[in-house]
Amino acid sequence: MTTILTRMGDGYAVEMTPEEVREDLAAGSADAAKKGKIPVLEPDEFDYLFDMFANPIRVWGVQRGHEAVLTKDGSTNSLYSAQLSSGVGLPLGREQAFRVFERAFAFDTMEVGHTDYSVKPAKPIVVLEQSHVEAVLANTIIPVFYGFMPNLGLYFRPDGPYPNPADLLPRGDIAGARAATEEAAAKVVEDLNWYVDKMAEVGADGINFDTTASTGDGEFFATLQAVEHAVKTTDMAVEVGMAAECVLGFHGQVEYDGQRLAGMWPHQQLHVVEKAGAHIFGPVVNTNSRRSTPWNLARAVTFVKAVSAEASIPIHPNVGMGVGGVPMFECPPIDVVSRCSAAMVEIGCADGL
Amino acid sequence: MGTGDPSGMSIAHSVASSMGGIRTAGDLVARMQLSRKMRLPEAKQFVADRLGISVLELCDSTVMRRLREELDIGVITAVPGAAKGVEAKARIAELLGVKINCVELMKRRIGAPIGV
Repeated sequence: MTTILTRMGDGYAVEMTPEEVREDLAAGSADAAKKGKIPVLEPDEFDYLFDMFANPIRVWGVQRGHEAVLTKDGSTNSLYSAQLSSGVGLPLGREQAFRVFERAFAFDTMEVGHTDYSVKPAKPIVVLEQSHVEAVLANTIIPVFYGFMPNLGLYFRPDGPYPNPADLLPRGDIAGARAATEEAAAKVVEDLNWYVDKMAEVGADGINFDTTASTGDGEFFATLQAVEHAVKTTDMAVEVGMAAECVLGFHGQVEYDGQRLAGMWPHQQLHVVEKAGAHIFGPVVNTNSRRSTPWNLARAVTFVKAVSAEASIPIHPNVGMGVGGVPMFECPPIDVVSRCSAAMVEIGCADGL
Repeated sequence: MGTGDPSGMSIAHSVASSMGGIRTAGDLVARMQLSRKMRLPEAKQFVADRLGISVLELCDSTVMRRLREELDIGVITAVPGAAKGVEAKARIAELLGVKINCVELMKRRIGAPIGV
């Protein structure tokens, strides 16, 4: 064997020598270790990853008996929606699409969500959302989540009523930006709690706060408060899926349980999510499209392994396009998706994906 | 899981590493993660013990297809008369010893005692 055929982080094929693959695996893991102050992978784990990439077989998988639970963000959008959700535009209703995931794709769980997928636009149509959840609960067997993004960004001007920190910060108005984040975060907590209660009313199995902290530490804080509300006042399971590997400090001083949220890496995010009472945590590690998949995947599983090692709750890392080692492309190649999938379970010790 | 076209994302993960939903015991193991925050090995062992099979058999569709029909907890193929929806979940709740929200809701609405 002279070269190994794999992928870059944008999905394009690349031929690498075995030495180059080993170097990229080591460099990816080292990058995660340096940023997160966590251990690099063990020699046998590098060997697993190398053997996996060196094997020319098209589809990889976990060892029999090591299978993990699937939870799904983005609801059924990929079947009926448009390119914005990698959707294939099938003429299916959401209830039909849900049943396709249960019966044809054999998913372990599934969720219902608004096509926009943010809590704010989903509010005016909550009775429609409740109706869809009720319908799938009546006719399906797998656990039913309702999923949405807190998406604090929609509460800032021009989309919402609050001054936009992205406008205030460049002007040096740090106090104004922080105040805007705090006011908007209080409002999103109110909306999230209200929506949680609506889904509890119809008997949903769980709520999925997805793409959490996409607008940084203020949004993360708001979501953690909503998690507390869901856990204390309902019987629903709560999943918290993150938006990125590092929490951005749009505010910079927000703390939860005495810990500053800005700058938290996945294994640190885990602890505040556990403290809030969540049932499942979904860490995210971003893909660098200019690096190889061996580099990206080694980096991602290093982060996720550190999370799994400290977790007391199930860990479901995100392995969609652009995260978890998967290339940033709407039609991610199956040869590397299957490898990222298996490595997250075998090396990252994920409880699900 | 994440975003991507269904073939490249949902089906790829389903084939590579998924438990297999109601083809096997995937939904049952998921229920233990949701209801008791069990991590994967604990959740699998719990369900295997309840079903009286090995952990390896949890994802064996040959074993689970037959066992699910025997327990009447829902099967993946369309079988007339087999339990579906809330009926299947009521049996799953009893089998696993967990509460399933929509089952509890139905009991309250029809006036059945909780736990029956």
